[in-house]
Amino acid sequence: MANYKDIIGAFRDKPGGIIEAYHALQKEFNYIPKPAIAEAAKVFGVSEAQAYGVATFYSYLSTEPRGKYIIRVCESAPCHIAGADQVVKAIEKELGIKTGETTADGKFTFELTECIGQCQETPVITINSVPYVGITPDDIPAVLDKCR
Amino acid sequence: MGKEMRIVLRNADKIDPNSIDDYIKAGGYRALEKALGMERKALIEEVKKANLRGRGGAGFNAGMKWSFVPPAEVTYVVCNLDEGEPGTYKDRTIVQKDPHTLLEGMAICGHAINSQKGYIYCRGEYPYVVEHLNRAIDQARRKGVLGNFDIEVRMGGGAYVCGEETALIESIEGHRGEPRFKPPFPGVAGLWAEPTVVNNVETFANLPEILNRGSEWFKAIGAASYPGTKVLTLTGDVVNRVAIEVPTDTTIRQVIYEFGGGIRNGKKFKAVQIGGTSGGFIPESLLDTPIDFDSMRGIGATLGTGAVLVMDETRDIVDIVTRIAKFFEHESCGKCNPCREGTFRNFEIMTKINRGMAAVQDVEKMSLLCKVMQKACLCGLGQAAPGPIVTTLQHFRHEYERKLLA
Ligand SMILES: Cc1cc2nc3c(=O)[nH]c(=O)nc-3n(C[C@H](O)[C@H](O)[C@H](O)COP(=O)(O)O)c2cc1C
Ligand code: SF4
Ligand code: FES
Repeated sequence: MANYKDIIGAFRDKPGGIIEAYHALQKEFNYIPKPAIAEAAKVFGVSEAQAYGVATFYSYLSTEPRGKYIIRVCESAPCHIAGADQVVKAIEKELGIKTGETTADGKFTFELTECIGQCQETPVITINSVPYVGITPDDIPAVLDKCR
Repeated sequence: MGKEMRIVLRNADKIDPNSIDDYIKAGGYRALEKALGMERKALIEEVKKANLRGRGGAGFNAGMKWSFVPPAEVTYVVCNLDEGEPGTYKDRTIVQKDPHTLLEGMAICGHAINSQKGYIYCRGEYPYVVEHLNRAIDQARRKGVLGNFDIEVRMGGGAYVCGEETALIESIEGHRGEPRFKPPFPGVAGLWAEPTVVNNVETFANLPEILNRGSEWFKAIGAASYPGTKVLTLTGDVVNRVAIEVPTDTTIRQVIYEFGGGIRNGKKFKAVQIGGTSGGFIPESLLDTPIDFDSMRGIGATLGTGAVLVMDETRDIVDIVTRIAKFFEHESCGKCNPCREGTFRNFEIMTKINRGMAAVQDVEKMSLLCKVMQKACLCGLGQAAPGPIVTTLQHFRHEYERKLLA
Protein backbone atom coordinates (compact mmCIF):
# COMPACT_ATOMS: atom_id res chain seq x y z
CA MET A 1 0.00 0.00 0.00
CA ALA A 2 1.33 3.40 -0.92
CA ASN A 3 2.29 5.84 1.79
CA TYR A 4 -0.18 8.70 2.21
CA LYS A 5 2.65 11.20 2.36
CA ASP A 6 3.90 10.13 -1.06
CA ILE A 7 0.42 10.27 -2.51
CA ILE A 8 -0.11 13.83 -1.28
CA GLY A 9 3.42 14.87 -2.21
CA ALA A 10 2.76 14.06 -5.85
CA PHE A 11 0.28 16.98 -5.98
CA ARG A 12 2.47 19.46 -4.12
CA ASP A 13 3.08 21.68 -7.14
CA LYS A 14 -0.48 21.70 -8.42
CA PRO A 15 -2.24 24.94 -7.49
CA GLY A 16 -5.41 24.03 -5.63
CA GLY A 17 -4.40 20.38 -5.84
CA ILE A 18 -5.69 19.38 -2.42
CA ILE A 19 -8.92 17.94 -3.87
CA GLU A 20 -6.97 15.97 -6.47
CA ALA A 21 -4.81 14.63 -3.62
CA TYR A 22 -7.93 13.62 -1.72
CA HIS A 23 -9.22 11.74 -4.76
CA ALA A 24 -5.90 9.91 -5.04
CA LEU A 25 -5.97 9.04 -1.32
CA GLN A 26 -9.50 7.79 -1.59
CA LYS A 27 -8.59 5.67 -4.61
CA GLU A 28 -5.92 3.97 -2.50
CA PHE A 29 -7.69 3.68 0.88
CA ASN A 30 -11.39 4.04 -0.04
CA TYR A 31 -11.52 7.02 2.34
CA ILE A 32 -9.29 9.87 3.50
CA PRO A 33 -7.49 8.92 6.73
CA LYS A 34 -7.24 11.60 9.46
CA PRO A 35 -3.42 11.84 9.46
CA ALA A 36 -3.55 12.40 5.71
CA ILE A 37 -5.75 15.46 6.22
CA ALA A 38 -3.19 16.94 8.60
CA GLU A 39 -0.44 16.19 6.10
CA ALA A 40 -2.43 17.75 3.24
CA ALA A 41 -2.93 20.88 5.34
CA LYS A 42 0.83 21.19 5.76
CA VAL A 43 1.65 20.52 2.11
CA PHE A 44 -0.96 22.92 0.72
CA GLY A 45 -0.36 25.60 3.33
CA VAL A 46 -3.81 25.75 4.90
CA SER A 47 -4.98 25.16 8.45
CA GLU A 48 -6.04 21.67 9.48
CA ALA A 49 -9.55 22.98 10.01
CA GLN A 50 -9.62 24.24 6.42
CA ALA A 51 -8.27 20.97 5.05
CA TYR A 52 -10.90 19.10 7.03
CA GLY A 53 -13.56 21.55 5.87
CA VAL A 54 -12.70 20.81 2.26
CA ALA A 55 -12.72 17.03 2.77
CA THR A 56 -16.12 17.07 4.44
CA PHE A 57 -17.76 19.48 1.98
CA TYR A 58 -17.76 16.95 -0.83
CA SER A 59 -20.16 14.03 -0.56
CA TYR A 60 -18.11 11.89 -2.94
CA LEU A 61 -15.22 12.05 -0.47
CA SER A 62 -15.35 10.20 2.83
CA THR A 63 -13.41 10.82 6.01
CA GLU A 64 -14.70 7.61 7.60
CA PRO A 65 -13.27 4.16 6.84
CA ARG A 66 -15.35 2.28 4.29
CA GLY A 67 -15.60 -1.22 2.91
CA LYS A 68 -13.74 -2.66 -0.05
CA TYR A 69 -16.81 -2.33 -2.23
CA ILE A 70 -18.81 0.87 -2.06
CA ILE A 71 -22.34 0.30 -3.27
CA ARG A 72 -24.34 3.41 -4.08
CA VAL A 73 -27.93 3.70 -5.19
CA CYS A 74 -29.10 6.77 -7.07
CA GLU A 75 -32.26 8.23 -5.59
CA SER A 76 -32.77 11.26 -7.85
CA ALA A 77 -36.21 11.71 -9.40
CA PRO A 78 -35.73 9.60 -12.60
CA CYS A 79 -34.36 6.68 -10.58
CA HIS A 80 -36.90 7.30 -7.81
CA ILE A 81 -39.88 6.81 -10.13
CA ALA A 82 -38.24 3.74 -11.61
CA GLY A 83 -38.28 2.09 -8.19
CA ALA A 84 -34.95 2.94 -6.56
CA ASP A 85 -36.62 2.41 -3.13
CA GLN A 86 -37.14 -1.26 -3.94
CA VAL A 87 -33.51 -1.62 -4.97
CA VAL A 88 -32.45 -0.03 -1.68
CA LYS A 89 -34.57 -2.54 0.23
CA ALA A 90 -33.11 -5.46 -1.74
CA ILE A 91 -29.56 -4.34 -0.99
CA GLU A 92 -30.31 -3.82 2.71
CA LYS A 93 -31.76 -7.31 2.85
CA GLU A 94 -28.89 -8.92 0.95
CA LEU A 95 -26.14 -7.22 2.96
CA GLY A 96 -27.92 -7.01 6.29
CA ILE A 97 -26.98 -3.34 6.74
CA LYS A 98 -28.70 0.02 6.38
CA THR A 99 -27.56 2.95 4.25
CA GLY A 100 -24.42 4.58 5.59
CA GLU A 101 -23.23 1.33 7.19
CA THR A 102 -20.41 -1.11 6.46
CA THR A 103 -20.68 -4.88 6.76
CA ALA A 104 -18.88 -6.46 9.75
CA ASP A 105 -16.36 -8.15 7.47
CA GLY A 106 -15.40 -4.76 6.03
CA LYS A 107 -16.37 -5.81 2.55
CA PHE A 108 -19.35 -3.63 1.68
CA THR A 109 -20.38 -0.06 2.41
CA PHE A 110 -23.85 1.01 1.35
CA GLU A 111 -24.60 4.63 0.46
CA LEU A 112 -27.22 6.70 -1.33
CA THR A 113 -26.29 9.17 -4.03
CA GLU A 114 -27.90 11.73 -6.28
CA CYS A 115 -27.93 11.35 -10.09
CA ILE A 116 -24.72 9.96 -11.51
CA GLY A 117 -25.60 10.80 -15.11
CA GLN A 118 -26.60 7.34 -16.34
CA CYS A 119 -30.36 7.77 -16.34
CA GLN A 120 -30.89 6.40 -19.85
CA GLU A 121 -31.75 3.17 -18.01
CA THR A 122 -33.05 3.41 -14.46
CA PRO A 123 -32.68 2.62 -11.58
CA VAL A 124 -28.92 2.96 -11.41
CA ILE A 125 -26.39 1.73 -8.87
CA THR A 126 -22.60 1.99 -8.75
CA ILE A 127 -20.02 -0.38 -7.34
CA ASN A 128 -16.78 1.49 -6.72
CA SER A 129 -17.98 4.15 -9.18
CA VAL A 130 -18.70 1.69 -12.00
CA PRO A 131 -22.33 2.18 -13.06
CA TYR A 132 -24.82 -0.66 -13.41
CA VAL A 133 -27.98 0.52 -15.14
CA GLY A 134 -31.52 -0.78 -15.29
CA ILE A 135 -31.14 -2.72 -12.04
CA THR A 136 -34.16 -4.50 -10.53
CA PRO A 137 -34.36 -5.84 -6.97
CA ASP A 138 -34.10 -9.35 -8.43
CA ASP A 139 -30.72 -8.50 -9.96
CA ILE A 140 -29.18 -7.54 -6.64
CA PRO A 141 -27.97 -10.94 -5.32
CA ALA A 142 -26.19 -11.75 -8.59
CA VAL A 143 -24.65 -8.27 -8.92
CA LEU A 144 -23.32 -8.37 -5.36
CA ASP A 145 -22.09 -11.94 -5.78
CA LYS A 146 -19.60 -10.63 -8.33
CA CYS A 147 -17.84 -8.86 -5.45
CA ARG A 148 -17.83 -11.81 -3.09
CA MET B 1 -38.72 8.58 -35.09
CA GLY B 2 -38.19 12.25 -35.96
CA LYS B 3 -35.07 13.41 -37.73
CA GLU B 4 -32.32 14.86 -35.59
CA MET B 5 -29.97 17.64 -36.58
CA ARG B 6 -26.50 16.95 -35.31
CA ILE B 7 -23.94 19.71 -34.83
CA VAL B 8 -22.23 18.90 -31.56
CA LEU B 9 -22.89 15.18 -32.02
CA ARG B 10 -21.96 15.26 -35.73
CA ASN B 11 -19.21 12.66 -35.26
CA ALA B 12 -20.98 10.53 -32.66
CA ASP B 13 -20.92 6.83 -33.53
CA LYS B 14 -19.20 7.68 -36.82
CA ILE B 15 -15.62 8.03 -35.64
CA ASP B 16 -13.54 6.21 -33.05
CA PRO B 17 -13.57 8.59 -30.07
CA ASN B 18 -10.18 7.25 -29.00
CA SER B 19 -8.53 8.27 -32.24
CA ILE B 20 -7.44 11.83 -32.95
CA ASP B 21 -6.64 10.75 -36.52
CA ASP B 22 -10.27 9.82 -37.03
CA TYR B 23 -11.31 13.24 -35.77
CA ILE B 24 -8.85 15.00 -38.04
CA LYS B 25 -9.97 12.90 -41.02
CA ALA B 26 -13.53 14.01 -40.31
CA GLY B 27 -12.40 17.63 -40.68
CA GLY B 28 -11.34 18.11 -37.07
CA TYR B 29 -9.03 20.95 -35.91
CA ARG B 30 -9.56 22.87 -39.17
CA ALA B 31 -11.82 25.33 -37.37
CA LEU B 32 -9.12 26.00 -34.80
CA GLU B 33 -6.63 26.65 -37.57
CA LYS B 34 -9.06 29.10 -39.10
CA ALA B 35 -9.64 30.77 -35.72
CA LEU B 36 -5.91 31.11 -35.12
CA GLY B 37 -5.67 32.99 -38.39
CA MET B 38 -8.26 35.53 -37.24
CA GLU B 39 -7.84 38.65 -35.17
CA ARG B 40 -9.13 38.10 -31.64
CA LYS B 41 -11.75 40.82 -32.00
CA ALA B 42 -13.03 39.41 -35.28
CA LEU B 43 -13.24 35.91 -33.79
CA ILE B 44 -15.24 37.12 -30.80
CA GLU B 45 -17.47 39.15 -33.13
CA GLU B 46 -18.16 36.07 -35.27
CA VAL B 47 -19.18 33.98 -32.25
CA LYS B 48 -21.27 36.84 -30.91
CA LYS B 49 -23.07 37.20 -34.24
CA ALA B 50 -23.87 33.49 -34.29
CA ASN B 51 -25.82 34.18 -31.08
CA LEU B 52 -24.61 30.93 -29.55
CA ARG B 53 -26.20 31.07 -26.11
CA GLY B 54 -24.82 29.11 -23.17
CA ARG B 55 -26.03 25.51 -23.10
CA GLY B 56 -25.40 25.06 -19.36
CA GLY B 57 -28.66 26.68 -18.33
CA ALA B 58 -28.30 30.45 -18.15
CA GLY B 59 -28.46 31.07 -21.91
CA PHE B 60 -25.97 33.93 -22.08
CA ASN B 61 -24.46 34.85 -25.49
CA ALA B 62 -21.03 33.17 -25.49
CA GLY B 63 -19.29 35.71 -27.70
CA MET B 64 -20.64 38.51 -25.52
CA LYS B 65 -19.27 36.79 -22.42
CA TRP B 66 -15.85 36.52 -24.01
CA SER B 67 -15.91 40.18 -25.00
CA PHE B 68 -16.01 41.20 -21.32
CA VAL B 69 -12.56 39.74 -20.69
CA PRO B 70 -10.11 42.64 -20.32
CA PRO B 71 -6.63 42.42 -21.81
CA ALA B 72 -4.52 40.59 -19.25
CA GLU B 73 -1.35 38.57 -19.07
CA VAL B 74 -3.02 35.53 -17.58
CA THR B 75 -6.53 34.39 -18.45
CA TYR B 76 -8.26 31.04 -18.11
CA VAL B 77 -10.73 28.98 -20.10
CA VAL B 78 -12.83 26.74 -17.88
CA CYS B 79 -15.14 24.03 -19.15
CA ASN B 80 -18.04 23.08 -16.94
CA LEU B 81 -18.43 19.29 -17.03
CA ASP B 82 -19.98 19.05 -13.59
CA GLU B 83 -23.29 17.81 -15.01
CA GLY B 84 -24.89 17.35 -11.62
CA GLU B 85 -28.41 18.21 -12.70
CA PRO B 86 -30.46 15.02 -12.21
CA GLY B 87 -31.70 13.49 -15.45
CA THR B 88 -28.87 14.99 -17.50
CA TYR B 89 -26.26 12.92 -19.33
CA LYS B 90 -25.62 15.05 -22.40
CA ASP B 91 -22.14 16.34 -21.59
CA ARG B 92 -20.97 12.83 -20.79
CA THR B 93 -22.43 11.64 -24.10
CA ILE B 94 -20.73 14.42 -26.07
CA VAL B 95 -17.35 13.80 -24.46
CA GLN B 96 -17.49 10.02 -24.62
CA LYS B 97 -18.45 10.05 -28.29
CA ASP B 98 -16.24 12.90 -29.50
CA PRO B 99 -13.82 14.40 -26.97
CA HIS B 100 -11.81 16.39 -29.49
CA THR B 101 -14.74 18.55 -30.47
CA LEU B 102 -14.67 19.87 -26.89
CA LEU B 103 -10.90 20.34 -26.86
CA GLU B 104 -11.03 22.16 -30.18
CA GLY B 105 -13.82 24.42 -28.94
CA MET B 106 -11.88 25.28 -25.79
CA ALA B 107 -8.76 26.09 -27.81
CA ILE B 108 -10.81 28.39 -30.05
CA CYS B 109 -11.99 30.24 -26.94
CA GLY B 110 -8.38 30.20 -25.72
CA HIS B 111 -7.31 32.16 -28.77
CA ALA B 112 -10.23 34.58 -28.47
CA ILE B 113 -9.36 35.58 -24.91
CA ASN B 114 -5.61 35.14 -25.27
CA SER B 115 -5.39 32.25 -22.81
CA GLN B 116 -2.76 29.55 -22.57
CA LYS B 117 -4.49 27.39 -20.03
CA GLY B 118 -7.79 25.60 -19.91
CA TYR B 119 -9.35 23.53 -17.17
CA ILE B 120 -12.08 20.96 -17.53
CA TYR B 121 -13.96 20.53 -14.27
CA CYS B 122 -15.38 17.02 -14.47
CA ARG B 123 -17.66 15.61 -11.81
CA GLY B 124 -16.10 13.00 -9.53
CA GLU B 125 -18.80 10.52 -10.47
CA TYR B 126 -17.29 10.29 -13.97
CA PRO B 127 -13.78 8.88 -13.32
CA TYR B 128 -14.01 6.98 -16.62
CA VAL B 129 -14.69 10.25 -18.44
CA VAL B 130 -11.64 11.82 -16.80
CA GLU B 131 -9.48 8.96 -18.13
CA HIS B 132 -11.03 9.26 -21.56
CA LEU B 133 -10.38 13.01 -21.66
CA ASN B 134 -6.81 12.66 -20.46
CA ARG B 135 -6.16 10.22 -23.28
CA ALA B 136 -7.57 12.66 -25.82
CA ILE B 137 -5.60 15.60 -24.37
CA ASP B 138 -2.45 13.51 -24.52
CA GLN B 139 -3.02 12.75 -28.19
CA ALA B 140 -3.71 16.39 -28.96
CA ARG B 141 -0.51 17.46 -27.20
CA ARG B 142 1.58 14.93 -29.06
CA LYS B 143 0.12 16.01 -32.40
CA GLY B 144 0.70 19.62 -31.43
CA VAL B 145 -2.76 20.62 -32.63
CA LEU B 146 -3.54 22.80 -29.62
CA GLY B 147 -0.53 25.06 -30.18
CA ASN B 148 0.46 26.87 -27.00
CA PHE B 149 -2.86 26.13 -25.31
CA ASP B 150 -2.85 23.43 -22.64
CA ILE B 151 -5.76 21.70 -20.96
CA GLU B 152 -5.92 20.06 -17.54
CA VAL B 153 -8.76 18.00 -16.08
CA ARG B 154 -9.83 18.55 -12.48
CA MET B 155 -12.29 16.38 -10.59
CA GLY B 156 -15.30 17.51 -8.60
CA GLY B 157 -16.42 15.85 -5.41
CA GLY B 158 -20.10 15.17 -5.74
CA ALA B 159 -21.46 18.61 -4.82
CA TYR B 160 -24.25 19.81 -7.12
CA VAL B 161 -23.60 23.45 -6.24
CA CYS B 162 -20.12 23.18 -7.81
CA GLY B 163 -21.81 23.40 -11.20
CA GLU B 164 -22.44 27.06 -10.36
CA GLU B 165 -19.54 28.84 -12.01
CA THR B 166 -18.09 30.67 -9.02
CA ALA B 167 -18.43 27.62 -6.74
CA LEU B 168 -16.71 25.64 -9.48
CA ILE B 169 -13.85 28.14 -9.48
CA GLU B 170 -13.57 27.86 -5.69
CA SER B 171 -13.38 24.10 -6.08
CA ILE B 172 -10.60 24.21 -8.69
CA GLU B 173 -8.72 26.47 -6.28
CA GLY B 174 -8.96 23.68 -3.71
CA HIS B 175 -11.63 25.19 -1.48
CA ARG B 176 -15.10 24.26 -0.32
CA GLY B 177 -17.40 24.81 -3.27
CA GLU B 178 -19.37 27.78 -2.00
CA PRO B 179 -20.57 30.38 -4.54
CA ARG B 180 -19.03 33.84 -4.51
CA PHE B 181 -20.85 37.11 -4.46
CA LYS B 182 -21.15 38.63 -7.95
CA PRO B 183 -19.86 41.05 -9.15
CA PRO B 184 -17.06 40.73 -9.89
CA PHE B 185 -18.02 38.23 -12.56
CA PRO B 186 -15.52 35.52 -13.52
CA GLY B 187 -14.87 37.27 -16.84
CA VAL B 188 -13.18 40.03 -14.86
CA ALA B 189 -11.92 38.20 -11.75
CA GLY B 190 -12.35 34.44 -11.79
CA LEU B 191 -9.86 31.64 -11.23
CA TRP B 192 -7.08 32.89 -8.95
CA ALA B 193 -8.61 36.33 -9.46
CA GLU B 194 -7.67 36.31 -13.16
CA PRO B 195 -10.16 36.87 -15.99
CA THR B 196 -11.86 33.55 -16.66
CA VAL B 197 -14.42 32.34 -19.16
CA VAL B 198 -16.62 29.50 -17.91
CA ASN B 199 -18.69 27.70 -20.53
CA ASN B 200 -20.57 24.45 -20.67
CA VAL B 201 -19.31 21.43 -22.67
CA GLU B 202 -22.07 21.74 -25.24
CA THR B 203 -21.37 25.45 -25.74
CA PHE B 204 -17.71 24.74 -26.56
CA ALA B 205 -18.65 21.76 -28.72
CA ASN B 206 -20.72 24.03 -30.99
CA LEU B 207 -17.75 26.26 -31.82
CA PRO B 208 -15.88 24.18 -34.41
CA GLU B 209 -18.90 23.97 -36.72
CA ILE B 210 -19.74 27.66 -36.21
CA LEU B 211 -16.23 28.51 -37.34
CA ASN B 212 -16.33 26.05 -40.24
CA ARG B 213 -19.70 27.09 -41.58
CA GLY B 214 -20.06 30.66 -40.37
CA SER B 215 -22.33 32.57 -38.03
CA GLU B 216 -25.00 33.12 -40.69
CA TRP B 217 -25.46 29.39 -41.15
CA PHE B 218 -25.79 28.85 -37.40
CA LYS B 219 -28.11 31.76 -36.81
CA ALA B 220 -30.59 30.41 -39.34
CA ILE B 221 -31.09 27.12 -37.48
CA GLY B 222 -33.95 26.65 -34.99
CA ALA B 223 -35.55 29.43 -32.97
CA ALA B 224 -34.51 32.98 -33.87
CA SER B 225 -33.72 34.12 -30.33
CA TYR B 226 -31.87 30.93 -29.32
CA PRO B 227 -30.50 29.52 -32.55
CA GLY B 228 -28.86 26.19 -33.20
CA THR B 229 -29.61 22.82 -31.73
CA LYS B 230 -29.96 21.48 -28.22
CA VAL B 231 -28.91 18.10 -26.94
CA LEU B 232 -31.71 16.65 -24.81
CA THR B 233 -31.62 13.61 -22.57
CA LEU B 234 -34.86 11.67 -22.26
CA THR B 235 -35.66 9.82 -19.05
CA GLY B 236 -38.69 8.44 -17.21
CA ASP B 237 -41.80 6.99 -18.81
CA VAL B 238 -40.86 7.58 -22.43
CA VAL B 239 -40.24 4.75 -24.91
CA ASN B 240 -36.81 5.90 -26.17
CA ARG B 241 -34.61 6.98 -23.28
CA VAL B 242 -31.79 8.44 -25.32
CA ALA B 243 -29.80 11.58 -25.98
CA ILE B 244 -31.03 13.47 -29.05
CA GLU B 245 -29.93 16.67 -30.75
CA VAL B 246 -32.69 18.75 -32.31
CA PRO B 247 -33.17 22.30 -33.64
CA THR B 248 -34.36 24.64 -30.91
CA ASP B 249 -37.72 25.29 -32.58
CA THR B 250 -38.76 21.67 -32.00
CA THR B 251 -41.80 21.46 -29.70
CA ILE B 252 -41.99 19.54 -26.44
CA ARG B 253 -44.68 17.35 -28.01
CA GLN B 254 -42.38 16.44 -30.89
CA VAL B 255 -39.61 15.62 -28.45
CA ILE B 256 -41.79 13.24 -26.47
CA TYR B 257 -43.80 11.65 -29.28
CA GLU B 258 -41.66 11.83 -32.42
CA PHE B 259 -38.23 11.40 -30.88
CA GLY B 260 -39.17 9.76 -27.61
CA GLY B 261 -41.66 7.38 -29.22
CA GLY B 262 -44.44 8.38 -26.79
CA ILE B 263 -45.33 7.04 -23.37
CA ARG B 264 -44.23 3.58 -22.24
CA ASN B 265 -46.59 0.65 -21.83
CA GLY B 266 -49.45 2.34 -23.67
CA LYS B 267 -50.14 4.68 -20.74
CA LYS B 268 -51.24 8.30 -20.93
CA PHE B 269 -49.08 11.39 -20.42
CA LYS B 270 -49.34 13.30 -17.17
CA ALA B 271 -46.41 15.71 -16.91
CA VAL B 272 -42.92 16.46 -18.13
CA GLN B 273 -40.19 18.21 -16.22
CA ILE B 274 -37.60 19.86 -18.43
CA GLY B 275 -34.21 21.30 -17.58
CA GLY B 276 -33.29 19.04 -14.71
CA THR B 277 -34.56 18.71 -11.19
CA SER B 278 -34.93 22.47 -10.73
CA GLY B 279 -37.05 22.75 -13.88
CA GLY B 280 -40.75 23.44 -14.01
CA PHE B 281 -43.41 20.75 -14.43
CA ILE B 282 -45.33 21.09 -17.68
CA PRO B 283 -48.88 19.81 -18.30
CA GLU B 284 -50.37 18.45 -21.52
CA SER B 285 -51.90 21.82 -22.45
CA LEU B 286 -48.46 23.42 -22.94
CA LEU B 287 -46.79 20.67 -24.98
CA ASP B 288 -46.84 22.65 -28.21
CA THR B 289 -44.29 25.09 -26.81
CA PRO B 290 -40.92 25.11 -28.62
CA ILE B 291 -38.01 24.08 -26.40
CA ASP B 292 -35.94 27.23 -26.89
CA PHE B 293 -34.86 29.25 -23.87
CA ASP B 294 -37.30 32.14 -24.23
CA SER B 295 -40.37 30.10 -25.18
CA MET B 296 -39.79 27.88 -22.15
CA ARG B 297 -39.38 30.87 -19.90
CA GLY B 298 -42.60 32.24 -21.39
CA ILE B 299 -44.57 29.33 -19.93
CA GLY B 300 -42.89 29.60 -16.54
CA ALA B 301 -40.60 26.66 -17.27
CA THR B 302 -36.93 26.34 -18.22
CA LEU B 303 -34.82 24.73 -20.91
CA GLY B 304 -32.01 24.32 -18.38
CA THR B 305 -29.65 21.50 -19.24
CA GLY B 306 -32.14 19.90 -21.60
CA ALA B 307 -33.07 17.00 -19.33
CA VAL B 308 -36.55 15.70 -20.18
CA LEU B 309 -38.25 13.66 -17.44
CA VAL B 310 -41.53 12.23 -18.67
CA MET B 311 -44.18 11.06 -16.18
CA ASP B 312 -47.17 8.90 -17.06
CA GLU B 313 -50.71 9.07 -15.67
CA THR B 314 -49.90 6.79 -12.73
CA ARG B 315 -47.17 8.97 -11.25
CA ASP B 316 -47.64 10.71 -7.93
CA ILE B 317 -46.61 14.33 -8.48
CA VAL B 318 -46.51 15.21 -4.78
CA ASP B 319 -44.27 12.24 -4.03
CA ILE B 320 -41.87 13.20 -6.84
CA VAL B 321 -41.73 16.83 -5.73
CA THR B 322 -41.04 15.65 -2.16
CA ARG B 323 -38.06 13.65 -3.44
CA ILE B 324 -36.87 16.72 -5.33
CA ALA B 325 -37.22 18.86 -2.19
CA LYS B 326 -34.95 16.39 -0.40
CA PHE B 327 -32.38 16.82 -3.17
CA PHE B 328 -32.20 20.57 -2.58
CA GLU B 329 -32.14 20.23 1.18
CA HIS B 330 -29.15 17.93 0.75
CA GLU B 331 -27.33 20.02 -1.86
CA SER B 332 -27.78 23.48 -0.36
CA CYS B 333 -24.27 24.60 0.53
CA GLY B 334 -25.49 26.50 3.59
CA LYS B 335 -23.77 29.76 2.82
CA CYS B 336 -26.92 31.84 2.78
CA ASN B 337 -29.85 31.72 5.13
CA PRO B 338 -32.88 31.77 2.78
CA CYS B 339 -31.63 28.66 0.99
CA ARG B 340 -30.21 26.76 3.96
CA GLU B 341 -33.41 27.22 5.97
CA GLY B 342 -35.75 27.39 2.99
CA THR B 343 -34.77 24.09 1.40
CA PHE B 344 -35.00 22.47 4.84
CA ARG B 345 -38.51 23.81 5.50
CA ASN B 346 -39.70 23.03 1.98
CA PHE B 347 -38.65 19.43 2.39
CA GLU B 348 -40.28 19.28 5.82
CA ILE B 349 -43.59 20.65 4.55
CA MET B 350 -43.55 18.54 1.37
CA THR B 351 -42.98 15.43 3.49
CA LYS B 352 -45.90 16.41 5.70
CA ILE B 353 -48.15 16.90 2.67
CA ASN B 354 -46.98 13.67 1.08
CA ARG B 355 -47.85 11.75 4.24
CA GLY B 356 -51.35 13.22 4.34
CA MET B 357 -50.66 15.22 7.49
CA ALA B 358 -50.73 18.79 6.20
CA ALA B 359 -53.45 21.41 5.93
CA VAL B 360 -54.01 24.10 3.34
CA GLN B 361 -52.23 26.61 5.61
CA ASP B 362 -49.03 24.60 5.21
CA VAL B 363 -49.27 24.93 1.45
CA GLU B 364 -49.77 28.68 1.79
CA LYS B 365 -46.73 29.01 4.05
CA MET B 366 -44.65 27.02 1.61
CA SER B 367 -45.78 29.20 -1.30
CA LEU B 368 -44.71 32.31 0.55
CA LEU B 369 -41.38 30.76 1.44
CA CYS B 370 -40.84 29.87 -2.23
CA LYS B 371 -41.39 33.50 -3.22
CA VAL B 372 -38.83 34.65 -0.67
CA MET B 373 -36.28 32.10 -1.83
CA GLN B 374 -36.64 33.01 -5.49
CA LYS B 375 -35.76 36.61 -4.61
CA ALA B 376 -33.39 36.33 -1.66
CA CYS B 377 -31.11 33.36 -2.29
CA LEU B 378 -27.52 34.10 -3.19
CA CYS B 379 -27.06 31.69 -6.08
CA GLY B 380 -29.09 29.90 -8.70
CA LEU B 381 -29.48 26.78 -6.56
CA GLY B 382 -31.66 28.43 -3.97
CA GLN B 383 -33.37 30.68 -6.51
CA ALA B 384 -34.38 27.72 -8.68
CA ALA B 385 -35.14 25.23 -5.92
CA PRO B 386 -38.79 26.35 -5.52
CA GLY B 387 -39.49 25.89 -9.26
CA PRO B 388 -40.89 22.35 -9.09
CA ILE B 389 -43.12 23.26 -6.12
CA VAL B 390 -44.43 26.46 -7.66
CA THR B 391 -45.17 24.94 -11.07
CA THR B 392 -46.86 21.83 -9.67
CA LEU B 393 -49.00 23.98 -7.39
CA GLN B 394 -49.95 25.91 -10.51
CA HIS B 395 -50.68 23.01 -12.84
CA PHE B 396 -51.33 20.02 -10.58
CA ARG B 397 -52.88 21.59 -7.49
CA HIS B 398 -55.54 18.88 -7.32
CA GLU B 399 -52.81 16.35 -6.57
CA TYR B 400 -51.88 18.35 -3.48
CA GLU B 401 -55.47 18.89 -2.43
CA ARG B 402 -56.10 15.17 -2.54
CA LYS B 403 -53.50 14.71 0.19
CA LEU B 404 -54.47 17.62 2.45
CA LEU B 405 -56.37 17.27 5.73
CA ALA B 406 -59.92 18.56 5.45
C1 LIG C 1 -26.65 25.21 -8.72
C2 LIG C 1 -26.15 25.38 -10.12
C3 LIG C 1 -25.64 24.28 -10.79
C4 LIG C 1 -25.14 24.41 -12.09
N1 LIG C 1 -24.64 23.30 -12.71
C5 LIG C 1 -24.13 23.42 -13.95
C6 LIG C 1 -23.55 22.29 -14.60
O1 LIG C 1 -23.52 21.19 -14.05
N2 LIG C 1 -23.04 22.46 -15.84
C7 LIG C 1 -23.05 23.68 -16.47
O2 LIG C 1 -22.53 23.80 -17.56
N3 LIG C 1 -23.58 24.76 -15.87
C8 LIG C 1 -24.12 24.66 -14.64
N4 LIG C 1 -24.62 25.78 -14.03
C9 LIG C 1 -24.56 27.08 -14.75
C10 LIG C 1 -23.20 27.74 -14.54
O3 LIG C 1 -23.22 28.54 -13.38
C11 LIG C 1 -22.81 28.63 -15.70
O4 LIG C 1 -23.87 29.48 -15.98
C12 LIG C 1 -22.46 27.89 -16.96
O5 LIG C 1 -21.47 26.92 -16.73
C13 LIG C 1 -21.98 28.87 -18.01
O6 LIG C 1 -21.75 28.20 -19.22
P1 LIG C 1 -22.65 28.47 -20.49
O7 LIG C 1 -22.81 29.95 -20.62
O8 LIG C 1 -21.87 27.89 -21.62
O9 LIG C 1 -23.94 27.79 -20.27
C14 LIG C 1 -25.15 25.66 -12.74
C15 LIG C 1 -25.69 26.76 -12.06
C16 LIG C 1 -26.18 26.63 -10.78
C17 LIG C 1 -26.73 27.83 -10.09
S1 SF4 D 1 -28.49 29.74 -2.55
FE1 SF4 D 1 -28.04 27.81 -1.46
S2 SF4 D 1 -26.41 26.85 -2.61
FE2 SF4 D 1 -26.48 29.01 -3.25
S3 SF4 D 1 -25.06 30.08 -1.87
FE3 SF4 D 1 -27.05 30.17 -0.85
S4 SF4 D 1 -27.02 28.34 0.49
FE4 SF4 D 1 -25.40 28.03 -1.00
S1 FES E 1 -31.35 9.92 -11.95
FE1 FES E 1 -30.32 8.15 -11.31
S2 FES E 1 -28.59 8.16 -12.61
FE2 FES E 1 -29.58 9.98 -13.16
